[in-house]
Amino acid sequence: MNVCDIIKPENLVYEKTTVMNDVPMHYCPGCSHGVVHKILGEIIQEMGIQEKTIGVAPVGCAVFAYKYLDIDWQQAAHGRAPAVATAIKRLLPDRYVFTYQGDGDLAAIGTAETIHACNRGENIAIIYINNGIYGMTGGQMAPTTLIGMKSTTSPNGRELPVAGYPLDMSKLLAQLDGVCYVTRQSVHTVAAVKKAKKAIQKAFENSIQNKGTSIVEVVSTCSSGWRMTPAESNNWMVENMFPVYPMGDLKDV
Amino acid sequence: MTKDKEDITLMKGNEAIAHAAIRCGCDGYFGYPITPQSEILETLMELEPWKTSGMIVLQAESEVAAINMVYGAAGCGKRAMTSSSSPGVSLKQEGISYMAGAELPGVIVNVMRGGPGLGTIQPSQADYFQAVKGGGHGDYKMPVLAPASVQEMADFTVLAFELAFKYLTPTMILADGIIGQMMEKVVLPPYQPRLTENEISTKYPWATLGKTNDRKPNYISSLELQSEEMERINLRLQARYREIEKNEVRFEQISCDDADYVFVAFGTMARVCQKAVALARAEGIKAGLIRPITLYPFPTNIIQELSTRVKGFISIEMSAGQMVEDVRLAVSGRVPVEFYGRMGGIVPSPDEVLNALKTKLL
Repeated sequence: MNVCDIIKPENLVYEKTTVMNDVPMHYCPGCSHGVVHKILGEIIQEMGIQEKTIGVAPVGCAVFAYKYLDIDWQQAAHGRAPAVATAIKRLLPDRYVFTYQGDGDLAAIGTAETIHACNRGENIAIIYINNGIYGMTGGQMAPTTLIGMKSTTSPNGRELPVAGYPLDMSKLLAQLDGVCYVTRQSVHTVAAVKKAKKAIQKAFENSIQNKGTSIVEVVSTCSSGWRMTPAESNNWMVENMFPVYPMGDLKDV
Repeated sequence: MTKDKEDITLMKGNEAIAHAAIRCGCDGYFGYPITPQSEILETLMELEPWKTSGMIVLQAESEVAAINMVYGAAGCGKRAMTSSSSPGVSLKQEGISYMAGAELPGVIVNVMRGGPGLGTIQPSQADYFQAVKGGGHGDYKMPVLAPASVQEMADFTVLAFELAFKYLTPTMILADGIIGQMMEKVVLPPYQPRLTENEISTKYPWATLGKTNDRKPNYISSLELQSEEMERINLRLQARYREIEKNEVRFEQISCDDADYVFVAFGTMARVCQKAVALARAEGIKAGLIRPITLYPFPTNIIQELSTRVKGFISIEMSAGQMVEDVRLAVSGRVPVEFYGRMGGIVPSPDEVLNALKTKLL
C-alpha cells in the first residue's frame, strides 16, 4: 500500500478550514492566538457564514488578524473595537459582527467602549484574549497582570500598592443587563479547544438571535512576554492564571 | 431646487444640520451632548428618522466612541456623521486621524466654543488650526467648510458628504456657537433615499459588507509597518490633497473690485465684516471682504491676486489670530496683513472691526 491509497476522502479525519488563509503567521510559537483564529475559521466555515461575518481587529498582537481569516475586517483604534462593531451591527443587523481584542485593548484603554457596548446589549460577539500582558509592545504590565507577575514595567512583579489589582473584566461584564453570555475558556488542551469552540459558536449564534452581547474570554499564553517555553507557559497558566481567572460560564441567559 | 413652501422653515443652525442629514440620505449619526451643539442630537432623536429613512441615531458614551462608530459605519460604505463642540472635537482627533489614514469618508461637525480647556460655552473660532492644519497625528488634511448662515449649515451638510465620498476623507463643518444657535429662514434640501447595500457594494467596492465569493476580503486599516509602503500611502494621500486644493476652493468676495483694504473673515465674523464694509464705504473708505468658505483648501489664489492691487488686509477672527497666518502666506509680504480678534466668547461689533481697520491699516 502506498500513501496515495490512504489519502482518500473516506479516510479524511481532519481538514484545515479554508477560511484560514494559507500564509505564515506572525504569532510566536506557543501563543494562543493561532488556535483561537483556527477555531473562528472553523466556526465560520461550519456555520456557512463567511459572506455574513465582519470582524473587528484590535490594536495589539491581533492587529493583523485580517491577514489570517478570509472574511471582511475592520481594524479599530486601540480599545475602540466595540464602538466600531456597534455601528457595523446597527447598520447591518443581519450580519455576524465580532470583535477580537486583547486584555490591554479591552480591559485598559477600551474599558469605556467595552462596558457601554455591553450595557447597550449590542448584538455582537466579543472574543477576549487575556494573557495578562501587553504582547505586541514587548511584555508590559496589563490591567490583568497577576499580583507578583513580572513584566517589563513591573520588573519586580506587580505590586499591590503601586499597580492595584488584576481586573476581572468578565466578572464585571456579567453584571450588565445587556449581556446574555459570559464564559471563560482556554485553548491549552484538545478538550479545552473543543469547549472554547462551542463557546465561540454560541456567542455567534446569540449575536444573530439578538440576545444581547456575548463575551468569550480565552485565558491565553504569551510565551515571549512571559519569557517561558510554550510548554512552561501552558503549565504556568494552569497553575497561576486559572486560580485568578477560573474556567467556566459566568453568565448564560 | 424647487422651493416648496413646506420646505422653507425658521430654525436654528444646529437643527438645520439634523434635518439636512436625514434629507441627504445619511445612514447614521453618532453623538454625545455638549453645548452649544446638543440640538443636533436632540432634533434627530425627536425626528426619529429610523422610522422613516432608516437612519440610525445613537447617543454614544463619549466623543471618542462616537467618532469610532462613524469609522465603523464608514468602513461599511455608509454615510455617517458626528457632531460636537471644541473640547469634544479634541477627543475625536484620534478617530479623525484613523479615518484619514484608512481613507474613510465621514462628516464631523464642530460648533466651536471658546477654549482652551473647558473654556466657555460662548462662540469662538479658535479651533481653526486644529481643523485645517491636521488636528490629529500624522500628515493629513481634510476639507473644512465654514458656514456663515443657517442656510449654509443645511447646504454644507449635503456638500460635506459629497466631498467626503468623492475624496474618501473625513470632512469637517467648522461652525461657531452663533451659527449653531441662531434662528434664520432656511430652505431644506430635497429628500434623497439612502443607498441600498447593492448600490454601496457597486459604488464602494472597498466596503466591509461581508466577503462574497466573487471577491477578495476587504479590510479597513490605517496600519502599514513597511516604511516604503507607508510612504507610498502617504504620497497617495498627499496627491489627493493636491486634487482637493485644485478643485474645491470656495470663497465669497464682497466689494473687492475697487477695494483698497480687504477684510478676511469666515463664519459669524464674515457677517460682522460685511456690515463693517458697508460702514467703511459710507465713510469713503474702499473696503472689501474675502470670506473663505473652505478653510481647507484655503482661498490662497484670490488673496494672492488681490495683494497685487490692494493696500492691505486685516484678518478678523474670534481667536488670538490663526487664519491670519494663512493670509500672510498668501500675501507673502507684498502688502501689510493685520489682525484683529477677540477671545473667550466675545464677538467683535462692526464698529469695533472698522476701527481696527482704521487704526491698523489706514
